[in-house]
Amino acid sequence: MFLAEAIKKDFPIFKHNPGLVYLDSSATSLKPQAVLDAERVYNEVCTANVHSGLYDIAVQATDLYEGAREKVRQFINAASTKEIIFTRNATESSNLVANTFGQRLGKSDAILITEAEHHANFLPWQKIRDERGCELRYLPILDDGNLDLAALPAMLTPNVKIVAVALMSNVLGIVNDVKTIIDKAHANGSVVLIDGAQAVPDMPVDVRALDADFLVFSGHKMLAPTGIGVLYGKEAILNDLPPFLRGGHMILEVSKEGATWNELPWKFEAGTPSIAAAIGFGAAIDYLQKIGMDNVWQHMSDLAAYAIPKLQAIPGLKVLGGALPPPPTPSRNKSGTGSQAGGEEKLPPPLQGGGRGGSARGAIFAFTIDGYHPHDIGTILAERGVAVRAGHHCAMPLHRRFGLPATTRASCHVYNTTADIDALIAGLEHVREVMA
Amino acid sequence: MNARSMYQENILDHYRHPRNAGELPGAEAHTHLSNPLCGDEVDFYLNYDSAGRVADVRFTGRGCTIAVAASSMLSEKVKGMTKADVAKLSSSDITELLGVEINPARLKCATLGLEAVHKAVGGDR
Repeated sequence: MFLAEAIKKDFPIFKHNPGLVYLDSSATSLKPQAVLDAERVYNEVCTANVHSGLYDIAVQATDLYEGAREKVRQFINAASTKEIIFTRNATESSNLVANTFGQRLGKSDAILITEAEHHANFLPWQKIRDERGCELRYLPILDDGNLDLAALPAMLTPNVKIVAVALMSNVLGIVNDVKTIIDKAHANGSVVLIDGAQAVPDMPVDVRALDADFLVFSGHKMLAPTGIGVLYGKEAILNDLPPFLRGGHMILEVSKEGATWNELPWKFEAGTPSIAAAIGFGAAIDYLQKIGMDNVWQHMSDLAAYAIPKLQAIPGLKVLGGALPPPPTPSRNKSGTGSQAGGEEKLPPPLQGGGRGGSARGAIFAFTIDGYHPHDIGTILAERGVAVRAGHHCAMPLHRRFGLPATTRASCHVYNTTADIDALIAGLEHVREVMA
Repeated sequence: MNARSMYQENILDHYRHPRNAGELPGAEAHTHLSNPLCGDEVDFYLNYDSAGRVADVRFTGRGCTIAVAASSMLSEKVKGMTKADVAKLSSSDITELLGVEINPARLKCATLGLEAVHKAVGGDR
């Protein structure tokens, strides 16, 4: 595996916590020195508000901030920086769409999500259902964790105005076949919001190849600081929506009678943004691009292929959605990194055939062990320096679907190695000793 | 990480062999509480003597080690206590019973039984 222990050296947290086995990147990711340095440079060298300053450091700050926006554009191959809106996180991004696009819906309309969604792609739509009286439908999941795409045609009736679905589940690690969903939704006249919070950090995502209408993701899950996220939206759609939050920066003119809105993307960026975090986000993207998102995804798939059989070998342990996909075909994306594919329409490996039969699967493992409570599993692992998460992972309907109140979840990113997986397995064996 | 494991022998003992486990049909007070975040749930049953002290107590439920152990230890503690004294028990009493520092994230587990018992002496059925 190319991503050796060398990557860990880039992350200062391992110096402060030697021996830390961090397996909770689906909750938040660790930060490389380059990201911390980029934030510090803003705070020490050119601390100024963005967009309207006439003096040197204000110009520098604006260049860095808008420079980060351009990096995001390139990362997901969006057509224009007008389509890249900085928010606080993916949750704020989905709330933005629900509270603008959703406000046009009425009693005869419908929204389609899935029963596997994270609460951030669940609750904003429930609010719209309750406020606007429209219908909220849930595409079911099969017992193996895949979306029941066979049920899609019946649920995608002409009155469905928006479909919202995660590209990769934060519990199951399964990559959903969003391309099929997008194609069918568009044929039906519906727009599609993709929740990329778990996927964008792990694999090349090309919004134009997918033809996604909206994509939401968070910086803190992809090596960037907390407090910065993205809403991608097609320019024509965003132009048509009213602002979400109102305040400074998002206007052209304000009088006692009313206001006119700034152009994209600033129409949707009210108030002083998380400038330092956005600049850190730019550095995180640089760091990931140096590794190459194809390589990041390969690493995640390799860790999944390594971990799942070892996990399933533990007596009484079941991984939710634990079936491994068949080995991938050898053909790779010509350009090496999906995000530099330019106008190329070919989907990067994890999105080819994802969900059609053998679904691609990331390095997220939510599991149960007969007779052991997730709290006990998580705490005993924690006492050995292995960080995992126990609970419902902000996906209670998903857990209810499987008849479980909670699970224990381990999740990986670029700094994880097979040694980390080995420590997890050894820790789980220790759980059995303690609880016996 | 914690300097001392939460999984001490006394806690594990109460988890494996909970005291006063079972139902009390016809109990004067019976409460049910659950924590939907993790699936822990507990039922407490209380009977009082003529002086208003806890004469008999049972509990059933499912949960993590801390939830079960704390409920078990609590059930022993409240025997013979007046309702007023039971109502005064706090989360620090629970921590004292457990005898080890509880990770703040697990405090809700430790106090689930206490909440159920408070509900019971408060007169709710």
